[in-house]
Amino acid sequence: MSINQLYSSKVLDHFFHPRNMGEMKDPDGVATVGNPVCGDVMKMYIKVKSQKSKVKSGEEEIIEDAKFQTLGCGAAIATSSIATEMIKGKPLKEAEKLTNKAVMEALGGLPPAKIHCSVLAEEAVKKAIEDYRRRKFEARNSKF
Amino acid sequence: MMKVYLDYAATTPVRPEVVKAMEPYWTLKFGNPSSIHSWGREAREAVENSRLKVASVLNCEPEEIIFTGTTTASDNLAILGLANSFSRQKFHFITSQIEHHSVLDTFKYLEKLGHNVTFLPVDQYGVVDLEFLKKSITLKTILVSVMYANNEVGTIQPIEEISKIIKTINNHKIYFHTDAATAAEYLPLDVQKLGVDLLTLGSHKFGGPKGVGILYIRKGTKILPITFGGHHEKKLWPGTEPVPLIVGMAEALSLAFSGQRLVSSRVTKLRDKLIKGVFQKIPGTILTGHPSKRLPDIASFCFKGVEGEAILLRLDAEGIAASSGSACTSGSLEPSHVLLAMGIPPEIAHGSIRFSLGRETTEEDINYVLEKLPKIIKQLREMAPKF
Repeated sequence: MSINQLYSSKVLDHFFHPRNMGEMKDPDGVATVGNPVCGDVMKMYIKVKSQKSKVKSGEEEIIEDAKFQTLGCGAAIATSSIATEMIKGKPLKEAEKLTNKAVMEALGGLPPAKIHCSVLAEEAVKKAIEDYRRRKFEARNSKF
Repeated sequence: MMKVYLDYAATTPVRPEVVKAMEPYWTLKFGNPSSIHSWGREAREAVENSRLKVASVLNCEPEEIIFTGTTTASDNLAILGLANSFSRQKFHFITSQIEHHSVLDTFKYLEKLGHNVTFLPVDQYGVVDLEFLKKSITLKTILVSVMYANNEVGTIQPIEEISKIIKTINNHKIYFHTDAATAAEYLPLDVQKLGVDLLTLGSHKFGGPKGVGILYIRKGTKILPITFGGHHEKKLWPGTEPVPLIVGMAEALSLAFSGQRLVSSRVTKLRDKLIKGVFQKIPGTILTGHPSKRLPDIASFCFKGVEGEAILLRLDAEGIAASSGSACTSGSLEPSHVLLAMGIPPEIAHGSIRFSLGRETTEEDINYVLEKLPKIIKQLREMAPKF
Protein backbone atom coordinates (compact mmCIF):
# COMPACT_ATOMS: atom_id res chain seq x y z
CA MET A 1 0.00 0.00 0.00
CA SER A 2 1.51 3.32 -0.98
CA ILE A 3 0.53 6.04 1.40
CA ASN A 4 2.78 8.74 0.05
CA GLN A 5 0.64 8.95 -3.07
CA LEU A 6 -2.21 10.16 -0.89
CA TYR A 7 -0.39 13.04 0.76
CA SER A 8 -1.80 16.47 -0.04
CA SER A 9 0.49 19.16 -1.34
CA LYS A 10 0.18 20.93 2.04
CA VAL A 11 1.42 17.84 3.87
CA LEU A 12 4.35 17.51 1.50
CA ASP A 13 5.11 21.20 1.86
CA HIS A 14 5.32 20.90 5.65
CA PHE A 15 7.38 17.75 5.35
CA PHE A 16 9.94 19.25 2.98
CA HIS A 17 9.87 22.72 4.54
CA PRO A 18 8.98 22.25 8.19
CA ARG A 19 8.18 25.38 10.15
CA ASN A 20 9.49 26.08 13.67
CA MET A 21 11.64 22.99 13.77
CA GLY A 22 14.36 22.62 16.37
CA GLU A 23 15.13 22.73 20.06
CA MET A 24 13.99 25.69 22.15
CA LYS A 25 16.33 27.15 24.76
CA ASP A 26 14.56 27.74 28.08
CA PRO A 27 11.07 26.69 27.07
CA ASP A 28 8.15 27.45 29.37
CA GLY A 29 6.46 24.15 28.58
CA VAL A 30 7.70 20.91 26.98
CA ALA A 31 6.09 17.58 26.18
CA THR A 32 7.18 14.42 24.41
CA VAL A 33 4.46 12.14 23.04
CA GLY A 34 4.42 8.88 21.14
CA ASN A 35 7.20 6.33 21.45
CA PRO A 36 9.88 4.85 19.20
CA VAL A 37 8.31 1.38 19.38
CA CYS A 38 5.32 2.80 17.52
CA GLY A 39 7.55 4.71 15.14
CA ASP A 40 6.48 8.28 15.94
CA VAL A 41 7.89 10.59 18.60
CA MET A 42 7.01 14.29 18.84
CA LYS A 43 8.51 16.87 21.17
CA MET A 44 6.68 20.19 21.48
CA TYR A 45 8.22 23.31 23.08
CA ILE A 46 6.30 26.50 23.95
CA LYS A 47 7.19 29.93 25.22
CA VAL A 48 4.39 31.77 26.97
CA LYS A 49 4.12 35.44 27.78
CA SER A 50 1.53 37.45 29.64
CA GLN A 51 0.14 40.52 27.99
CA LYS A 52 -2.76 42.87 28.31
CA SER A 53 -5.85 41.16 27.03
CA LYS A 54 -7.36 42.61 23.89
CA VAL A 55 -10.86 41.47 24.73
CA LYS A 56 -11.28 41.73 28.44
CA SER A 57 -9.70 43.52 31.35
CA GLY A 58 -6.62 42.09 32.92
CA GLU A 59 -3.93 39.95 31.43
CA GLU A 60 -3.93 36.84 29.29
CA GLU A 61 -1.24 34.35 28.47
CA ILE A 62 -0.32 33.87 24.85
CA ILE A 63 1.98 31.44 23.12
CA GLU A 64 4.87 33.60 22.05
CA ASP A 65 6.82 30.87 20.35
CA ALA A 66 6.44 27.18 19.57
CA LYS A 67 8.95 24.65 18.24
CA PHE A 68 8.91 20.97 17.51
CA GLN A 69 11.20 18.03 16.98
CA THR A 70 9.82 14.83 15.43
CA LEU A 71 11.00 11.34 14.63
CA GLY A 72 8.39 9.92 12.31
CA CYS A 73 6.85 9.64 8.88
CA GLY A 74 5.72 12.37 6.50
CA ALA A 75 2.40 12.88 8.28
CA ALA A 76 4.05 12.97 11.71
CA ILE A 77 6.43 15.72 10.64
CA ALA A 78 3.72 17.66 8.81
CA THR A 79 1.20 17.54 11.66
CA SER A 80 3.70 18.67 14.27
CA SER A 81 4.96 21.43 11.98
CA ILE A 82 1.52 22.83 11.23
CA ALA A 83 0.47 22.48 14.87
CA THR A 84 3.23 24.93 15.89
CA GLU A 85 1.97 27.39 13.28
CA MET A 86 -1.58 27.02 14.51
CA ILE A 87 -0.78 27.81 18.16
CA LYS A 88 1.86 30.49 17.75
CA GLY A 89 0.51 33.88 18.80
CA LYS A 90 -2.67 32.39 20.14
CA PRO A 91 -3.98 32.80 23.68
CA LEU A 92 -3.32 29.72 25.78
CA LYS A 93 -7.01 29.08 26.31
CA GLU A 94 -7.54 28.93 22.58
CA ALA A 95 -4.43 26.88 21.80
CA GLU A 96 -5.34 24.13 24.23
CA LYS A 97 -8.59 23.63 22.35
CA LEU A 98 -6.69 22.52 19.28
CA THR A 99 -8.19 19.33 17.83
CA ASN A 100 -6.70 16.74 15.53
CA LYS A 101 -9.59 17.47 13.16
CA ALA A 102 -8.44 21.06 12.88
CA VAL A 103 -4.88 19.90 12.21
CA MET A 104 -6.07 17.56 9.46
CA GLU A 105 -8.24 20.23 7.90
CA ALA A 106 -5.39 22.70 7.92
CA LEU A 107 -3.30 20.14 6.04
CA GLY A 108 -6.01 19.50 3.48
CA GLY A 109 -6.74 16.06 4.87
CA LEU A 110 -4.75 12.97 5.75
CA PRO A 111 -4.96 9.36 4.54
CA PRO A 112 -7.01 7.25 7.02
CA ALA A 113 -3.95 5.31 8.16
CA LYS A 114 -2.27 8.59 9.18
CA ILE A 115 -5.04 10.12 11.25
CA HIS A 116 -3.28 8.97 14.40
CA CYS A 117 -0.40 11.36 13.60
CA SER A 118 -2.76 14.33 13.92
CA VAL A 119 -4.00 12.93 17.22
CA LEU A 120 -0.40 12.80 18.41
CA ALA A 121 0.12 16.44 17.40
CA GLU A 122 -2.97 17.48 19.36
CA GLU A 123 -1.69 15.53 22.34
CA ALA A 124 1.73 17.16 22.10
CA VAL A 125 0.25 20.66 22.18
CA LYS A 126 -2.08 19.91 25.08
CA LYS A 127 0.64 18.23 27.13
CA ALA A 128 3.09 21.10 26.52
CA ILE A 129 0.49 23.55 27.81
CA GLU A 130 -0.20 21.24 30.77
CA ASP A 131 3.52 21.20 31.51
CA TYR A 132 3.62 25.01 31.39
CA ARG A 133 0.72 25.21 33.86
CA ARG A 134 2.35 22.69 36.18
CA ARG A 135 5.61 24.63 36.19
CA LYS A 136 3.74 27.87 36.91
CA PHE A 137 1.97 26.22 39.86
CA GLU A 138 5.21 24.81 41.24
CA ALA A 139 6.88 28.19 40.92
CA ARG A 140 4.13 29.92 42.89
CA ASN A 141 3.93 27.20 45.51
CA SER A 142 7.58 26.44 46.03
CA LYS A 143 6.99 25.64 49.68
CA PHE A 144 4.15 23.19 48.85
CA MET B 1 18.73 15.36 -10.71
CA MET B 2 19.09 11.73 -11.73
CA LYS B 3 16.32 9.18 -11.74
CA VAL B 4 17.53 6.04 -9.99
CA TYR B 5 15.19 3.07 -9.65
CA LEU B 6 16.30 0.74 -6.85
CA ASP B 7 13.03 -1.01 -6.18
CA TYR B 8 13.40 -3.97 -8.55
CA ALA B 9 12.04 -6.26 -5.84
CA ALA B 10 8.74 -4.40 -6.13
CA THR B 11 8.60 -4.74 -9.91
CA THR B 12 10.85 -4.69 -12.97
CA PRO B 13 10.60 -3.04 -16.36
CA VAL B 14 9.53 -5.33 -19.18
CA ARG B 15 12.54 -6.20 -21.34
CA PRO B 16 12.52 -4.84 -24.90
CA GLU B 17 12.90 -8.39 -26.32
CA VAL B 18 9.85 -9.38 -24.32
CA VAL B 19 7.80 -6.46 -25.63
CA LYS B 20 8.78 -7.57 -29.14
CA ALA B 21 7.88 -11.22 -28.46
CA MET B 22 4.40 -10.18 -27.20
CA GLU B 23 3.65 -7.85 -30.10
CA PRO B 24 1.96 -10.17 -32.60
CA TYR B 25 -0.45 -11.42 -29.95
CA TRP B 26 -2.32 -8.18 -29.29
CA THR B 27 -3.90 -7.52 -32.66
CA LEU B 28 -2.60 -10.05 -35.15
CA LYS B 29 -2.61 -13.45 -33.44
CA PHE B 30 -5.33 -12.51 -30.98
CA GLY B 31 -7.37 -15.72 -31.03
CA ASN B 32 -8.76 -17.56 -28.05
CA PRO B 33 -6.53 -20.64 -27.58
CA SER B 34 -9.61 -22.82 -26.99
CA SER B 35 -11.12 -22.03 -30.40
CA ILE B 36 -11.01 -24.70 -33.09
CA HIS B 37 -10.31 -22.35 -36.01
CA SER B 38 -6.91 -21.14 -37.20
CA TRP B 39 -6.94 -18.05 -34.94
CA GLY B 40 -7.43 -20.33 -31.96
CA ARG B 41 -4.83 -22.83 -33.14
CA GLU B 42 -2.07 -20.27 -33.53
CA ALA B 43 -2.87 -18.85 -30.09
CA ARG B 44 -2.85 -22.37 -28.62
CA GLU B 45 0.52 -23.02 -30.25
CA ALA B 46 1.94 -19.87 -28.62
CA VAL B 47 0.72 -20.93 -25.18
CA GLU B 48 2.09 -24.47 -25.50
CA ASN B 49 5.44 -23.24 -26.82
CA SER B 50 5.64 -20.94 -23.84
CA ARG B 51 4.90 -23.85 -21.57
CA LEU B 52 7.75 -25.83 -23.15
CA LYS B 53 10.09 -22.88 -22.64
CA VAL B 54 9.20 -22.61 -18.93
CA ALA B 55 9.47 -26.38 -18.42
CA SER B 56 12.91 -26.37 -19.96
CA VAL B 57 14.12 -23.69 -17.52
CA LEU B 58 12.67 -25.53 -14.52
CA ASN B 59 13.80 -28.95 -15.81
CA CYS B 60 10.35 -30.49 -15.63
CA GLU B 61 7.60 -31.76 -17.96
CA PRO B 62 5.42 -29.18 -19.71
CA GLU B 63 2.31 -30.84 -18.19
CA GLU B 64 3.67 -29.84 -14.81
CA ILE B 65 3.42 -26.11 -15.58
CA ILE B 66 0.24 -24.13 -14.97
CA PHE B 67 -0.20 -20.48 -15.95
CA THR B 68 -2.09 -18.33 -13.46
CA GLY B 69 -2.83 -14.64 -12.96
CA THR B 70 -0.08 -13.72 -10.46
CA THR B 71 2.43 -15.22 -8.03
CA THR B 72 -0.12 -14.59 -5.29
CA ALA B 73 -2.69 -16.60 -7.22
CA SER B 74 -0.15 -19.40 -7.68
CA ASP B 75 0.61 -19.43 -3.94
CA ASN B 76 -3.08 -19.57 -3.10
CA LEU B 77 -3.71 -22.32 -5.62
CA ALA B 78 -0.74 -24.40 -4.45
CA ILE B 79 -1.60 -24.19 -0.75
CA LEU B 80 -5.40 -24.21 -0.78
CA GLY B 81 -5.56 -26.53 -3.78
CA LEU B 82 -3.45 -29.10 -1.96
CA ALA B 83 -5.34 -28.71 1.32
CA ASN B 84 -8.65 -29.16 -0.49
CA SER B 85 -7.49 -32.37 -2.15
CA PHE B 86 -7.33 -34.13 1.19
CA SER B 87 -10.30 -35.43 3.09
CA ARG B 88 -12.37 -33.17 5.28
CA GLN B 89 -10.19 -33.90 8.29
CA LYS B 90 -8.00 -31.23 9.77
CA PHE B 91 -4.33 -31.44 8.94
CA HIS B 92 -1.04 -29.83 9.89
CA PHE B 93 0.96 -27.38 7.81
CA ILE B 94 4.41 -25.91 8.30
CA THR B 95 5.61 -22.59 6.94
CA SER B 96 7.98 -19.84 8.06
CA GLN B 97 7.39 -16.56 9.88
CA ILE B 98 8.99 -14.56 7.09
CA GLU B 99 6.87 -15.62 4.12
CA HIS B 100 5.29 -13.09 1.79
CA HIS B 101 1.71 -12.24 2.72
CA SER B 102 0.44 -14.26 -0.24
CA VAL B 103 1.61 -17.37 1.63
CA LEU B 104 1.17 -16.22 5.24
CA ASP B 105 -2.39 -14.97 4.80
CA THR B 106 -3.36 -18.18 3.00
CA PHE B 107 -2.11 -20.25 5.92
CA LYS B 108 -3.89 -17.94 8.37
CA TYR B 109 -7.05 -18.67 6.41
CA LEU B 110 -6.41 -22.42 6.78
CA GLU B 111 -6.03 -21.86 10.52
CA LYS B 112 -9.45 -20.21 10.55
CA LEU B 113 -10.83 -23.32 8.89
CA GLY B 114 -9.55 -25.39 11.79
CA HIS B 115 -6.23 -26.68 10.47
CA ASN B 116 -3.02 -26.47 12.50
CA VAL B 117 -0.19 -24.37 11.19
CA THR B 118 3.34 -24.10 12.56
CA PHE B 119 5.12 -20.87 11.65
CA LEU B 120 8.83 -21.70 11.86
CA PRO B 121 11.02 -19.16 13.60
CA VAL B 122 14.10 -17.77 11.88
CA ASP B 123 17.47 -16.76 13.24
CA GLN B 124 18.86 -13.22 13.32
CA TYR B 125 19.77 -13.51 9.62
CA GLY B 126 16.34 -14.75 8.62
CA VAL B 127 17.33 -18.38 8.05
CA VAL B 128 14.64 -20.92 8.91
CA ASP B 129 15.30 -23.05 12.01
CA LEU B 130 15.83 -26.55 10.63
CA GLU B 131 15.83 -28.22 14.06
CA PHE B 132 12.45 -26.64 14.77
CA LEU B 133 11.25 -27.94 11.40
CA LYS B 134 12.35 -31.49 12.22
CA LYS B 135 10.64 -31.35 15.61
CA SER B 136 7.45 -29.84 14.15
CA ILE B 137 6.69 -32.63 11.69
CA THR B 138 3.80 -34.83 12.80
CA LEU B 139 1.79 -37.65 11.26
CA LYS B 140 -0.78 -35.08 10.20
CA THR B 141 1.70 -32.82 8.40
CA ILE B 142 0.89 -32.67 4.70
CA LEU B 143 2.66 -29.56 3.42
CA VAL B 144 5.77 -27.53 4.15
CA SER B 145 6.04 -24.14 2.46
CA VAL B 146 9.25 -22.11 2.71
CA MET B 147 10.18 -19.27 0.38
CA TYR B 148 13.32 -19.67 -1.71
CA ALA B 149 14.79 -16.24 -0.90
CA ASN B 150 13.23 -13.48 1.15
CA ASN B 151 12.16 -10.38 -0.75
CA GLU B 152 12.75 -7.94 2.11
CA VAL B 153 16.22 -8.86 3.34
CA GLY B 154 17.46 -11.19 0.61
CA THR B 155 18.28 -14.22 2.78
CA ILE B 156 18.40 -17.48 0.79
CA GLN B 157 16.79 -20.48 2.48
CA PRO B 158 18.39 -23.97 2.51
CA ILE B 159 15.76 -25.40 0.15
CA GLU B 160 17.65 -28.59 -0.75
CA GLU B 161 18.28 -29.35 2.94
CA ILE B 162 14.62 -28.82 3.77
CA SER B 163 13.70 -31.16 0.94
CA LYS B 164 16.06 -33.81 2.34
CA ILE B 165 14.58 -33.46 5.83
CA ILE B 166 11.07 -33.89 4.46
CA LYS B 167 12.11 -36.92 2.41
CA THR B 168 13.41 -38.72 5.53
CA ILE B 169 9.79 -39.00 6.67
CA ASN B 170 8.70 -42.21 5.00
CA ASN B 171 5.52 -43.16 6.80
CA HIS B 172 3.53 -40.62 4.79
CA LYS B 173 4.03 -38.12 2.01
CA ILE B 174 4.70 -34.50 2.91
CA TYR B 175 4.57 -32.05 0.03
CA PHE B 176 7.08 -29.23 -0.29
CA HIS B 177 6.20 -25.84 -1.80
CA THR B 178 8.51 -22.93 -2.35
CA ASP B 179 7.60 -19.38 -3.37
CA ALA B 180 10.45 -18.59 -5.74
CA ALA B 181 9.26 -15.11 -6.73
CA THR B 182 12.65 -13.52 -6.08
CA ALA B 183 14.78 -16.26 -7.61
CA ALA B 184 14.42 -16.22 -11.38
CA GLU B 185 17.31 -13.93 -12.22
CA TYR B 186 19.79 -15.17 -9.66
CA LEU B 187 19.25 -18.66 -8.27
CA PRO B 188 19.14 -22.26 -9.61
CA LEU B 189 15.65 -23.20 -10.79
CA ASP B 190 16.04 -26.94 -11.41
CA VAL B 191 13.05 -28.38 -9.54
CA GLN B 192 14.65 -31.84 -9.48
CA LYS B 193 17.72 -30.53 -7.67
CA LEU B 194 15.64 -28.34 -5.38
CA GLY B 195 13.47 -31.31 -4.54
CA VAL B 196 10.19 -29.41 -4.47
CA ASP B 197 6.69 -30.58 -5.37
CA LEU B 198 5.29 -27.09 -5.92
CA LEU B 199 7.01 -23.89 -7.01
CA THR B 200 5.62 -20.43 -7.75
CA LEU B 201 7.04 -17.67 -9.92
CA GLY B 202 5.71 -14.31 -11.04
CA SER B 203 6.40 -12.66 -14.35
CA HIS B 204 6.84 -9.04 -13.40
CA LYS B 205 9.77 -9.77 -11.09
CA PHE B 206 11.99 -10.93 -13.94
CA GLY B 207 11.31 -8.54 -16.78
CA GLY B 208 7.99 -9.96 -17.86
CA PRO B 209 4.57 -8.28 -17.97
CA LYS B 210 2.38 -7.94 -14.90
CA GLY B 211 -0.73 -10.09 -14.68
CA VAL B 212 0.61 -13.59 -15.18
CA GLY B 213 2.25 -16.20 -12.95
CA ILE B 214 3.56 -19.75 -12.94
CA LEU B 215 2.78 -22.72 -10.75
CA TYR B 216 4.90 -25.86 -11.08
CA ILE B 217 3.05 -28.98 -9.86
CA ARG B 218 5.06 -32.18 -9.69
CA LYS B 219 3.34 -35.13 -11.38
CA GLY B 220 1.42 -37.05 -8.76
CA THR B 221 0.68 -33.99 -6.63
CA LYS B 222 -3.08 -33.61 -6.48
CA ILE B 223 -4.31 -30.01 -6.52
CA LEU B 224 -7.99 -29.14 -6.60
CA PRO B 225 -9.17 -25.90 -8.21
CA ILE B 226 -9.97 -22.88 -6.05
CA THR B 227 -11.73 -20.99 -8.82
CA PHE B 228 -14.23 -22.48 -11.23
CA GLY B 229 -15.52 -22.02 -14.70
CA GLY B 230 -13.56 -23.76 -17.39
CA HIS B 231 -11.24 -26.47 -18.50
CA HIS B 232 -8.23 -24.21 -18.96
CA GLU B 233 -4.90 -25.14 -17.37
CA LYS B 234 -6.24 -28.55 -16.31
CA LYS B 235 -9.22 -26.74 -14.74
CA LEU B 236 -6.84 -25.21 -12.20
CA TRP B 237 -6.94 -21.66 -13.56
CA PRO B 238 -10.13 -21.36 -15.54
CA GLY B 239 -10.43 -18.33 -17.73
CA THR B 240 -9.25 -17.43 -21.19
CA GLU B 241 -5.49 -17.57 -21.27
CA PRO B 242 -3.79 -14.15 -21.56
CA VAL B 243 -1.75 -15.22 -24.58
CA PRO B 244 0.51 -12.16 -24.97
CA LEU B 245 1.28 -12.16 -21.24
CA ILE B 246 2.11 -15.87 -21.26
CA VAL B 247 4.34 -15.46 -24.32
CA GLY B 248 6.05 -12.48 -22.67
CA MET B 249 6.58 -14.28 -19.39
CA ALA B 250 8.12 -17.35 -21.03
CA GLU B 251 10.47 -15.20 -23.07
CA ALA B 252 11.42 -13.18 -19.98
CA LEU B 253 12.11 -16.33 -17.98
CA SER B 254 14.35 -17.78 -20.71
CA LEU B 255 16.29 -14.53 -20.90
CA ALA B 256 16.57 -14.17 -17.14
CA PHE B 257 17.77 -17.74 -16.78
CA SER B 258 20.34 -17.58 -19.55
CA GLY B 259 21.64 -14.24 -18.24
CA GLN B 260 21.94 -15.32 -14.62
CA ARG B 261 25.68 -15.60 -14.32
CA LEU B 262 26.51 -12.27 -15.93
CA VAL B 263 23.76 -10.33 -14.20
CA SER B 264 24.48 -11.91 -10.81
CA SER B 265 28.14 -10.99 -10.91
CA ARG B 266 27.49 -7.41 -12.06
CA VAL B 267 24.67 -6.75 -9.61
CA THR B 268 26.58 -8.32 -6.70
CA LYS B 269 29.50 -5.93 -7.28
CA LEU B 270 27.19 -2.91 -7.35
CA ARG B 271 25.28 -4.08 -4.29
CA ASP B 272 28.50 -4.58 -2.35
CA LYS B 273 29.67 -1.11 -3.38
CA LEU B 274 26.43 0.33 -2.06
CA ILE B 275 26.72 -1.58 1.22
CA LYS B 276 30.33 -0.56 1.73
CA GLY B 277 29.57 3.06 0.96
CA VAL B 278 26.60 3.21 3.29
CA PHE B 279 28.60 1.80 6.19
CA GLN B 280 31.44 4.22 5.50
CA LYS B 281 29.28 7.32 5.30
CA ILE B 282 26.39 6.68 7.66
CA PRO B 283 26.89 5.81 11.34
CA GLY B 284 24.22 3.89 13.25
CA THR B 285 23.47 1.52 10.36
CA ILE B 286 22.85 -2.21 10.29
CA LEU B 287 22.56 -4.48 7.25
CA THR B 288 19.74 -6.97 7.61
CA GLY B 289 19.77 -10.51 6.22
CA HIS B 290 22.47 -13.13 5.94
CA PRO B 291 25.96 -11.75 5.29
CA SER B 292 26.75 -14.25 2.52
CA LYS B 293 23.73 -16.43 1.73
CA ARG B 294 21.84 -13.51 0.26
CA LEU B 295 20.39 -12.48 -3.10
CA PRO B 296 22.75 -10.42 -5.23
CA ASP B 297 20.23 -7.64 -5.67
CA ILE B 298 19.02 -6.77 -2.18
CA ALA B 299 20.64 -4.38 0.30
CA SER B 300 18.32 -3.75 3.22
CA PHE B 301 19.40 -1.48 6.05
CA CYS B 302 18.07 -0.20 9.35
CA PHE B 303 19.09 3.36 10.22
CA LYS B 304 18.95 4.33 13.88
CA GLY B 305 16.87 7.33 14.88
CA VAL B 306 15.06 7.89 11.57
CA GLU B 307 11.78 6.66 10.17
CA GLY B 308 11.51 4.74 6.90
CA GLU B 309 8.72 6.61 5.12
CA ALA B 310 10.37 9.95 5.77
CA ILE B 311 13.57 8.58 4.18
CA LEU B 312 11.60 7.32 1.17
CA LEU B 313 9.93 10.70 0.64
CA ARG B 314 13.27 12.49 0.76
CA LEU B 315 14.85 9.91 -1.58
CA ASP B 316 11.91 10.30 -3.94
CA ALA B 317 12.46 14.06 -4.02
CA GLU B 318 15.98 13.27 -5.28
CA GLY B 319 14.64 10.89 -7.91
CA ILE B 320 15.56 7.70 -6.06
CA ALA B 321 13.11 4.80 -5.65
CA ALA B 322 13.42 2.36 -2.75
CA SER B 323 11.10 0.75 -0.24
CA SER B 324 10.81 0.33 3.52
CA GLY B 325 9.64 -2.06 6.21
CA SER B 326 8.40 0.66 8.55
CA ALA B 327 4.86 0.54 9.87
CA CYS B 328 4.06 3.82 8.17
CA THR B 329 4.73 2.37 4.74
CA SER B 330 2.80 -0.84 5.33
CA GLY B 331 -0.38 0.91 6.38
CA SER B 332 -0.51 -1.05 9.59
CA LEU B 333 0.75 -0.09 13.04
CA GLU B 334 3.38 -2.81 13.03
CA PRO B 335 6.63 -2.72 11.14
CA SER B 336 7.72 -5.53 8.81
CA HIS B 337 6.91 -9.00 10.16
CA VAL B 338 10.13 -10.22 8.55
CA LEU B 339 12.33 -7.84 10.53
CA LEU B 340 10.45 -8.54 13.75
CA ALA B 341 10.79 -12.32 13.21
CA MET B 342 14.55 -11.79 12.86
CA GLY B 343 14.61 -10.27 16.35
CA ILE B 344 14.98 -6.66 15.26
CA PRO B 345 13.30 -4.35 17.80
CA PRO B 346 10.32 -2.38 16.42
CA GLU B 347 11.96 0.99 16.97
CA ILE B 348 14.87 -0.11 14.76
CA ALA B 349 12.62 -1.82 12.22
CA HIS B 350 10.79 1.49 11.67
CA GLY B 351 14.03 2.88 10.27
CA SER B 352 14.40 0.26 7.55
CA ILE B 353 15.12 0.93 3.89
CA ARG B 354 15.40 -1.71 1.18
CA PHE B 355 17.37 -1.03 -1.99
CA SER B 356 16.89 -3.69 -4.63
CA LEU B 357 19.12 -3.47 -7.70
CA GLY B 358 18.45 -4.79 -11.19
CA ARG B 359 20.04 -5.66 -14.48
CA GLU B 360 19.88 -2.03 -15.59
CA THR B 361 21.48 -0.56 -12.46
CA THR B 362 24.73 1.29 -13.15
CA GLU B 363 27.68 2.40 -11.06
CA GLU B 364 26.53 6.01 -11.54
CA ASP B 365 23.25 5.06 -9.87
CA ILE B 366 25.07 3.73 -6.84
CA ASN B 367 27.37 6.76 -6.66
CA TYR B 368 24.35 9.05 -6.81
CA VAL B 369 22.62 7.26 -3.92
CA LEU B 370 25.83 7.37 -1.86
CA GLU B 371 25.95 11.10 -2.52
CA LYS B 372 22.36 11.84 -1.48
CA LEU B 373 21.52 9.33 1.23
CA PRO B 374 23.99 10.34 3.97
CA LYS B 375 22.73 13.95 3.98
CA ILE B 376 19.11 12.79 4.08
CA ILE B 377 19.74 10.55 7.08
CA LYS B 378 21.72 13.27 8.85
CA GLN B 379 19.03 15.91 8.33
CA LEU B 380 16.21 13.62 9.43
CA ARG B 381 18.18 12.64 12.52
CA GLU B 382 18.64 16.33 13.34
CA MET B 383 14.87 16.81 13.21
CA ALA B 384 14.31 14.15 15.85
CA PRO B 385 14.15 14.82 19.59
CA LYS B 386 17.03 13.48 21.65
CA PHE B 387 15.92 10.89 24.16
